[in-house]
This record gives sequence, structure tokens and C-alpha cells, in this order.
Amino acid sequence: MEKHYTDSKVKGVSTGTTILAAIFDGGVVIGSDSRASMGGEYVSSKTINKVIQVHDRIFCCMAGSLADAQAVIKSAKSHLSFHSVQMESPPLVIAAASVLKELCYKNKDELQAGFLTAGWDSKKGAQVYVVSLGGMLISQQVTIGGSGSTYIYGYVDAKYKPNMTREECLQFATNALALAMGRDNVSGGVAHLVVITGKGVEHVVVPGDKLPRFHDE
Amino acid sequence: MLGEAEPQWLSEEVKTGTTIIAIEFNGGVVLGSDSRVSAGASVVNRVMNKLSPLHDKIYCALSGSAADAQTIAEMVNYQLDVHSMEIGEDPQVRSAATLVKNISYKYKEELSAHLIVAGWDRKDGGQVFATLNGLLTKQPFAVGGSGSSYVYGFVDAEYRKGMNKKECQQFVVNTLSLAMNRDGSSGGVAYLVTIDEHGTEEKVILGNDLPTFFDQ
Repeated sequence: MEKHYTDSKVKGVSTGTTILAAIFDGGVVIGSDSRASMGGEYVSSKTINKVIQVHDRIFCCMAGSLADAQAVIKSAKSHLSFHSVQMESPPLVIAAASVLKELCYKNKDELQAGFLTAGWDSKKGAQVYVVSLGGMLISQQVTIGGSGSTYIYGYVDAKYKPNMTREECLQFATNALALAMGRDNVSGGVAHLVVITGKGVEHVVVPGDKLPRFHDE
Repeated sequence: MLGEAEPQWLSEEVKTGTTIIAIEFNGGVVLGSDSRVSAGASVVNRVMNKLSPLHDKIYCALSGSAADAQTIAEMVNYQLDVHSMEIGEDPQVRSAATLVKNISYKYKEELSAHLIVAGWDRKDGGQVFATLNGLLTKQPFAVGGSGSSYVYGFVDAEYRKGMNKKECQQFVVNTLSLAMNRDGSSGGVAYLVTIDEHGTEEKVILGNDLPTFFDQ
């Protein structure tokens, strides 16, 4: 029988989370659960927000060691705001992702952090980038991460369609997070979602009792 | 150099790292599995049928260590034959599942296999039992094997009570296809077995006939 270890048991790193980002027609949704746990036995926070704003229309979700991720994001935010002043225009989403990638790649021996970056810029519209643990940067239409993501690969593959409407994409993201939280004991709480379009940014919080329920609940 | 080292896969345990699923509908059950058997990074059999008959209308789906799973299935096949001769009629699905559970529980430290038992009997119709680690539970559907982690979300979302035979078969094929796309230890073709009061139907769905999804 294949044993599955949640990432938190590997190298003492805490990845207890579910994060996701998906492009729809006109924008992008990025979201996460809200549970912070210590070793899968104690929930240290039920309402932590893992979706971090790095610029007006660019948000990040972190995976891996939370400490490493926070340090990298802090450094990335200051790089980005300086870059934006130099360029005299809002940074491109790929710029934000590249800044994160440079930090992850150059310090790959010391760091254990990965990121989902989602945002909107005037050049390419809505984009999602994944920076993985070793510092690889790729662009995808939809992507998931964290320990809870294993359980929803099948759901996301089956249900994601390119060019969905904003409502369909929000429902898809909420469902995916709810399903992952239902199966992963280190993901849970509320679903934090951020919808980013050319017109602006909207935060949607779905509390536990309003999350979609499935057949066995 | 002293000589050629033997290929790595000869010294790796052979596992049916796999995806298996069984689901009950009104009047029977559908079982499904992939066909990949791996030894470490090598695929040693790409067309293995992991749906093994325990009796005419009772099948089991194998996962975990290939040798352990096959042995349990053969032992229970024999025990069920004896039992059905003793009672003079076809055995109940619960009896087959209990025999599997007894072996899995008694030898749980030595064995590493998970069998899902499903079938049809006259008393209770279609039933699915999970026997993971020596427990015995009856469930409307069960998934197992390394590929099952990736499709928990999908089956939770898509399962509805009261699906008919065709819908169940489609559900099984979709689930297998999704798992095979994501799990490195699952792949090949999909085997389906449908059991109802009229008989047992075995089907193979080749790779290019499996459903595809938006990124393929």
C-alpha cells in the first residue's frame, strides 16, 4: 500500500495548505484555505490569509516553509516597488514572478519556498505563474499547490475550462478549495479568494458554513 | 570497474502502484482499474488486469504489492469455492469481503496490499466493500491505490446517489482517466467489470479511447 506523507513530515517543512489560481475570460482568481497548523495535530490559526498582495493588481500565494516564503515576499515587494518607480508604470505580472524566481533560484540551497503568482497587466492581461521549489518559472492557465492539492488534481483537470465567466470560475475555485479542505486535514477554515481584472481587485471570503457541500456531508 | 551492475528494477519490489475504483448502482456494481505494474521506475507490465474474480459474481480490485495482492486473491478464491460448496449456493459479497479482511488483518504487518471487493448477490444486490489495513466497511463507492489521492476531489464532487449502470461506467472511466494522467504509477489501459444479476461483463478501454481533458 502506497503510504502518503503530507509534505509537513518531509524535512520538517510546513506546507499544510491548499492554494489555487485560475484564469477566466477577463481576469484571474487566486485563492487559498485559511488554516495554519503545527504538525497536523494543532491548528494554530483558523483564519490566516495566505493570499498576499505584492502590488496593486498582483497577488501571490505561498507554499513550502512559511518563514522562507514570508522572507522572500518581503524582499520581492521592495524590489517590485522600486522597479515600478523606475519604469514609471505598474510592474508586469511576469516581472513579479521573475523577481520571486530569481530569489528562489539564487538561494535554492537555503530556501524551501514556492509561489503562485497571479495578476493582471495591460500588456498581456490576466496571467498565472508558478515558481517551484528549485526556482523554475512557468506560466499556466490553472494551477494548484500545497498538501491539499493532491486530492483535487482530478477535479481541476476535469472541471477547468478556458474562458469561463467570472461567476463560473469563482464557483470552480470555491468547489476545488472546499473539496481539498474536506480531504486534507491540514487545510481548512474559510476560503480566501481574490478576483483580479483590468477594472480592479475584489476579495471574496467564503466562511466554512457557506462552502459547497458534497454527497457525503 | 568490476563488472556490469544488474538493472535496478531487478532489485525493486514489484508494486501495482495503481488506481482502482468500485461503485454500486441499483442492481449491481462496476469495478475499474488501470493496467500498470511498476518496479521502482520501470514498468514491468503495462497490460495487467487488476480486477480478479473471486467468484462468478464477485470480483476484487488489487493494489499495493503485486505479489501480496495476487496471493490474497487466490487464497480467497479457493476459500470461497469451499464455502459455496458447503452452503450449496452462491456466496454473499459480504462473505468474500470478510475472507479478504481476515487475511489482511491477521497478516497486516507482513502484507502491504489493499483489495476492494465488489459484486452482486441475491440477498443484498450490488455491494462494494473496502478492506484497507484489515477494516471492513461497506461503501457506496471506494477508490484505492496510489492514483486515488489525485481523484478524491473529483469523486467527492461527481458522485450522486441513484446513478444508473451507464452513468456509473462513465464515472469510473472518467475517474480512471484523470488518475492515470496524474499518477506516474498508474497508466496503460482501463479495465472495467460490470456485475449485475444477469451476469458479468468485462471490458477493456484502450489508451486513445479514454476521455481527454482541457489540457490534452
